[in-house]
Amino acid sequence: MSGVEGFMYPNEIALQWSVLIVLYPFITGLVAGAFILASLERVFRVEAVKPTYRLALLTALAFLLDAPLPLQLHLGHPERSPEMYFTPHATSAMAMFGYVYLWYLMAVLVLEIWLDYRRDIVLWSQQSKGLLRVIYKIMTLGSSNISERSLAIDERVGWIVTLIGIPSAFLLHGYVGFIFGSIKANPWWNSPLMPVVFIFSAMVSGIAAVMLLYMGVTKLRKKLIDIRCVDSIAMYLFYIFIIDFSLEMLDLIHRIYEADESFRSLDFMVHTKLFLSQIVLQICLGTLVPLVLLFLTQVVKFPEIVRKRMYATSGALALMGIFAMRWNVVIGGQIFSKSFLGYTTYKMTLGTREGLLPAIALTILPFIFLFVLIKLLPPWQDKDLHGTAAAD
Amino acid sequence: MNLSRRHFLVLVPAAAVAWKAVLAGTPEEAPNYNQAEHWWGMLIDIPKCIGCGNCVKACEAENDVPEGHFRTWVERYHVTDGNMTNPEVISPDGGKEGFPVVQEDAGKYFFVPKMCNHCSDSPCTQVCPVGATFVTPDGVVLVDQKYCLGCAYCVQACPYGCRYIHPEKKVADKCTLCYHRITKGLTTACCENCPTGARQLVDLKNPNDPIHEFLKTHAVQVLKPQMATGAKAFYNELDGSVR
Amino acid sequence: MSSFKDAGHLFRFAGLFVLAFVVFLVVRHWVVPKTFGQYGHYRGASIGEMAAKPVKYAGHEACEACHTDKADEKKAGKHAHVNCEACHGPLANHANDPAAVTPVKPDTVVLCARCHTASAAKPKKFPQVAPAEHSNGMPCQTCHNPHSPAMDAGGAK
Repeated sequence: MSGVEGFMYPNEIALQWSVLIVLYPFITGLVAGAFILASLERVFRVEAVKPTYRLALLTALAFLLDAPLPLQLHLGHPERSPEMYFTPHATSAMAMFGYVYLWYLMAVLVLEIWLDYRRDIVLWSQQSKGLLRVIYKIMTLGSSNISERSLAIDERVGWIVTLIGIPSAFLLHGYVGFIFGSIKANPWWNSPLMPVVFIFSAMVSGIAAVMLLYMGVTKLRKKLIDIRCVDSIAMYLFYIFIIDFSLEMLDLIHRIYEADESFRSLDFMVHTKLFLSQIVLQICLGTLVPLVLLFLTQVVKFPEIVRKRMYATSGALALMGIFAMRWNVVIGGQIFSKSFLGYTTYKMTLGTREGLLPAIALTILPFIFLFVLIKLLPPWQDKDLHGTAAAD
Repeated sequence: MNLSRRHFLVLVPAAAVAWKAVLAGTPEEAPNYNQAEHWWGMLIDIPKCIGCGNCVKACEAENDVPEGHFRTWVERYHVTDGNMTNPEVISPDGGKEGFPVVQEDAGKYFFVPKMCNHCSDSPCTQVCPVGATFVTPDGVVLVDQKYCLGCAYCVQACPYGCRYIHPEKKVADKCTLCYHRITKGLTTACCENCPTGARQLVDLKNPNDPIHEFLKTHAVQVLKPQMATGAKAFYNELDGSVR
Repeated sequence: MSSFKDAGHLFRFAGLFVLAFVVFLVVRHWVVPKTFGQYGHYRGASIGEMAAKPVKYAGHEACEACHTDKADEKKAGKHAHVNCEACHGPLANHANDPAAVTPVKPDTVVLCARCHTASAAKPKKFPQVAPAEHSNGMPCQTCHNPHSPAMDAGGAK
């Protein structure tokens, strides 16, 4: 019984949900967060973030395409996953996955991207050759109408889609929080705050990711970073981070105050088994340090180059912190016994189906998707990108 | 011997049908079994349990339970100085080969067999995304292993830790209350093999069931009543320290 | 009317959705098992499949139908409620075809110790001994009749 301290129910000793299940909420969180950033421009007319609009949408799509993969690797019978579409159990939050995912993918994200890019897609379908021409032609759905009126309709419909998209994004990630928060058997998960915490931490991670991607890709393209844009994004990141931090502190204080039957066991777990991942990585390095850095940029006028470094550092630390939060929720919820009398250890494997290597691969994969999407649907009206696409 | 067998078979109809089904070697739900007439549960009489682990062994044999996983198991509690919140609990290999001998007699010792509680408001069936686990009309919680995805959400949702993912079949698995036996008029494998009668199957819809009478006249509890799962494994003289 | 002309592409997009939905309904009708929903949100046939699994323990009534002599011995003794297979193991295959399967007699040195080894953890009233002191490795059935083991109740050999 290696790795077990105290007493665990015999069937509890091995963990059921692995690092892949940590990865899934992290990825859908990035999707939801990136979309919210895009909607800032579209619905709330925040002009400053416009340079990141298309990139945020493509980022959301790239990660959304990757999102089901960790789940498929985890399932004992992935070939049966269509059952979630054919006979979804209405009382199960997990059954909602199939439909919420599909709704968000097709009726929100793909539709919005298509509407925003449609004029360009039609032009590219006329200008490019070979396989690309075929791809663009299919994407036009056979309509080459890019008259003023049709584009105005697109704009209007796109606005409505984004408006619906915001609650849809909340639903896409909120239901994941509900999957954990509604389990009365597990006191680490059981909380009505869980969906809200998940949504706000998702927004933090998504906004941080788009900000870093924008800065990184712009540098790769050897262009100038729009500092007003990044300043604006960082400000939103800061405020949403404050809300996220407050929610997590509320949960913590509530637990300590109420001190119910699970408290001693969970408290011990946090101070020992989760010390590194929760206290050090999630709270100190992943939340407090970025908050302080962002706060400083809000109150002190640092030179541009310093601000960019601070934003990049905060963004990277925030991403690590949000991943650590997912880890602490998923893994933390399984390493203590429901008898409150013992603990087990998560033995993460390396090369098996649910091991570290597939997890890393699935984290890299969305960037490959994003690369392809950027090539296919360049977010910027660059002559050279345009030219390169045509010549392919 | 033939004469007494016929005599016996006439006297005990349920066993007669069961005997035929067993004889036939063809597994078929006994023809006179009507789901609507039954509502199954189990009585676990703590003072009678001696921690021999026969039930765990029998369940494993009857149901091909994989090594390291348990459809039922026995826990041994040691409560000292009235310390109800911190009992010492062990369950070596689920109690399958019994427990280590205790020499000194300090504090209170007792054994607690655990199993699926076949909850009538089962949280595990609530969370299944596809309908692969369910409560039958006669009150048994089962897993449809041909439909289960192996997502393990039900394993997370069970407050009692009675579920696991079968390592070979990759689907959820757990105590079935020996459904294949009770529908033939037999009792569960664990009850059949308990030498002291600490485990007894009970049909809550049958007023003639003797355990029904026991439940009416003794103080019984269920595990984790605050979870309001409608658990149907009833424990006689369950100590407050039991988790 | 002209606005519909300019929104043609949207109707095509919507059309794709409708087409996908129709395909989904068709596939669903074909794929979902017929007994699904019969009793509730699950495949009704799985209940029958579960009930149809093979039985490994015959149950004491099946044993007693043939082994009436042992059944009578047990009835009056301390092991009256210890069922046959609790000691003899699963024997439905023997009950099915007695001639084809011959059960192996259990080794009492190992078997009886399982329940009767003394431990402060066991209920006080339960008969228990320290095997080394009590019999020093001698098989229990040397002195005790396993089917009616109490020495003073006429079970001594």
